[in-house]
Amino acid sequence: MQRIGVFVCHCGTNIAATVDVKAVAETLKNESGVVFSTDYQYMCSESGQNIIKDAIKEHKLTGVVVCSCSPRMHEATFRKAVASVGLNPYMLEVANLREQCSWIHKDIATATEKAVILGRAAIAKVHLNAPLTAGESPVVKRALVIGGGIAGIQTALDIADAGFDVDIIEKEPTIGGKMAQIDKTFPTLDCAACILTPKMVEAAQNEKIHIHSFSEVADVKGFVGNFTVTIKKKARFVDETKCTGCGLCTEKCPMKKVPNEFNMNLDNRTAVYIPFAQAVPKVARIDPNYCLMLKNGKCGVCSKVCSVGAIDYKQQDKFIEERYGAIVVATGFNPIKLDKYDEFAYSLSPDVVTSLELERLMNAAGPNGGTLLRPSDKTHPHTIVFVQCVGSRCDDSKGKPYCSKICCMYTAKHAMLIREKYPDTEVYVFYIDVRTPGKNFDEFYRRAVEEYGVHYVKGMVGKVTPRTDGKLAVQASDLLSNEQLHIDADMVVLAAAIEPDKTARPLATMLTTQMDTNDFFTEAHPKLRPVESATAGIFLSGACQGPKDIPETVAQASAAAAKAIGLLCKNSITCNPCVAHSDELMCNGCSSCEKVCPYGAITYIDKEFRMPDRTTAIRRVASVNPAVCQGCGACTVACPSGAMDLNGFSNSQIMAEVDAICK
Amino acid sequence: MQVNEKKEFEPVIVAFCCNWCSYAGADLSGTNRLNYPTNVKIIRVPCSCRVNPMFILRAFQRGADGVIICGCHPGDCHYTSGNYFARRRMTLLFSMLDFIGIERDRTRVEWVSAAEGAKFAATMNEFTEAVKKLGPNRRLEDLRCRKQS
Repeated sequence: MQRIGVFVCHCGTNIAATVDVKAVAETLKNESGVVFSTDYQYMCSESGQNIIKDAIKEHKLTGVVVCSCSPRMHEATFRKAVASVGLNPYMLEVANLREQCSWIHKDIATATEKAVILGRAAIAKVHLNAPLTAGESPVVKRALVIGGGIAGIQTALDIADAGFDVDIIEKEPTIGGKMAQIDKTFPTLDCAACILTPKMVEAAQNEKIHIHSFSEVADVKGFVGNFTVTIKKKARFVDETKCTGCGLCTEKCPMKKVPNEFNMNLDNRTAVYIPFAQAVPKVARIDPNYCLMLKNGKCGVCSKVCSVGAIDYKQQDKFIEERYGAIVVATGFNPIKLDKYDEFAYSLSPDVVTSLELERLMNAAGPNGGTLLRPSDKTHPHTIVFVQCVGSRCDDSKGKPYCSKICCMYTAKHAMLIREKYPDTEVYVFYIDVRTPGKNFDEFYRRAVEEYGVHYVKGMVGKVTPRTDGKLAVQASDLLSNEQLHIDADMVVLAAAIEPDKTARPLATMLTTQMDTNDFFTEAHPKLRPVESATAGIFLSGACQGPKDIPETVAQASAAAAKAIGLLCKNSITCNPCVAHSDELMCNGCSSCEKVCPYGAITYIDKEFRMPDRTTAIRRVASVNPAVCQGCGACTVACPSGAMDLNGFSNSQIMAEVDAICK
Repeated sequence: MQVNEKKEFEPVIVAFCCNWCSYAGADLSGTNRLNYPTNVKIIRVPCSCRVNPMFILRAFQRGADGVIICGCHPGDCHYTSGNYFARRRMTLLFSMLDFIGIERDRTRVEWVSAAEGAKFAATMNEFTEAVKKLGPNRRLEDLRCRKQS
């Protein structure tokens, strides 16, 4: 018989306001096996923990029930506390009286009644708890960063600085991500390339960093400290080890009409290409959709001009397997497709562009060499209309419900840059709200209005109509003066909402991490663990977790790196002892459990048994590898003979909880 | 003789929530102070695939009026495939329960992610209403287990 102590927490007034904590402690005192019961204001505080520790010593408790907040919050805290006085940490259960009782109910009588039942269920479970000892598993001292944008680069640099090997997987032929496409950055207006490209080079030259460009994650197996990742190195038809990036092939390639995705398809590139001048690695790639040799087998110019013989038309996708201790996800974002926004004539007129396209149009390395010209007739625009929140803060299914966060600032930047370079150009910005929280952000926006004379109009653009004279008729409402506005614009710039990269969803499935409804990765705790995913060993960096500007991304990237380094520094990590185990006497070796195990943790061994008639017989029985088992419990249900059970969540424990709740 | 006050039927509802998504979703609905009835009591399991059909039968035997199993959305399972097992098992179990007279509305499988606090509360409100409409579970309840009152 267990000797159980019950500790009811007030959590200030968080629990005590809706649950009569004293009554709960009193009632639970009468449960069988409970030898001590008390309540205290903050059980998680040091004095609260001391109450638990003292009671364990004084009353020789063998089991502890803490009625407090969610076990996701403080289970670890209390486990540590009971372990410090010699009780097995797994002899503790937490009844969730805050998140799942006091915070959701208003009536004190019914909430107290429910609290008692939740307490009873925890007591019933503790009765059946058994001491568990956690095993240890080694940590592979190497990290993987998925995504080579500014977030991934920063994370990799920080991890490498700490002395660990780190691999970057980038799906594009070069690292750099979205920041490489940006012209200037807010609020300082320094050039993005000037601050990004040194970092790209630093990453390439760091001997601890290995860049797998034009590669994807094909498969992830394993668990924290010991992931096995299959990397798909996509065929680029150029031997990475030989190519020097001289660019001769790109000059001679006869196929010159390929839309240049780096310049947002605003100009053309060749079929064999290097994405941009500062690309890292500076290695060409052949686009098989356009290459005449790969399509028709006729051409081969690039292989003739290549002096190092790097061109390889027969190259195949290659799969390599690597082992990692920690994985950092930095898959970033993309602007949404605007094909559902016909009212802005995005697909009708080339002069209606997205902000990222404008970024390329204004970039010195862009299609116009930095001179802002209308894409349609290459003339200088005199009136430019910016439309904010295109697809952001949207109630309907067309757009995204969230605020994309960066658009207000980059629009102010664009407006300011245009007014500075072309003072004869009138700039209108249509907004719902201007949101500029951040260091020096509001000052920046006010400068755009006050110093640069950008016309900010509160209201939305209703319709953009391309006219035959090449102008764009913009119809909008000014909500403050309640007037309808008609503007003849030369260009319209749409601040498209940003969304997580499309590769993030399948990646989350492979990594068994959680995502929210918008496909942003969910952090382990929204406030206290913002760079960790709920899956141990997987960390989040940058805009894959939510819309972010560059400083925030870099800060989060370094934070994720710090977390990964913390993990890699350890030689071994404590495993979860709540794993499956099989009762060999009951097991009939049917293989049902093996078939459902997602980790391949179950094997079969031949074991000698003494039979009742004193003979021995050899039977095939299941055996669980506790280092590989993750404790999902799929096998426990599949087992027809009931031999398989899960530590910490055993059949009898859950049944006891069911009984306590239903009684 | 005392006049019996007609008390509204308060069903006992057992919710099995997976640790990674739905339990966190339930916590989030608490953090956001979204109300749902006290009838719902949550049992934490590592994964929806840990829910043995025996637990559900046991709940009905002990007088539960409804049982709901919540897990990660298909494809999002922390253990890769656990919720698929749960989905198959529960489909079979629920059709068997339906066959022996436990109405379909007393049992449910719902996918609630860790970010869907509002969905969790809404689901529990809706499910409690549905079970209330059906009245007490009489089919599988073992009266010997009933609390003496």
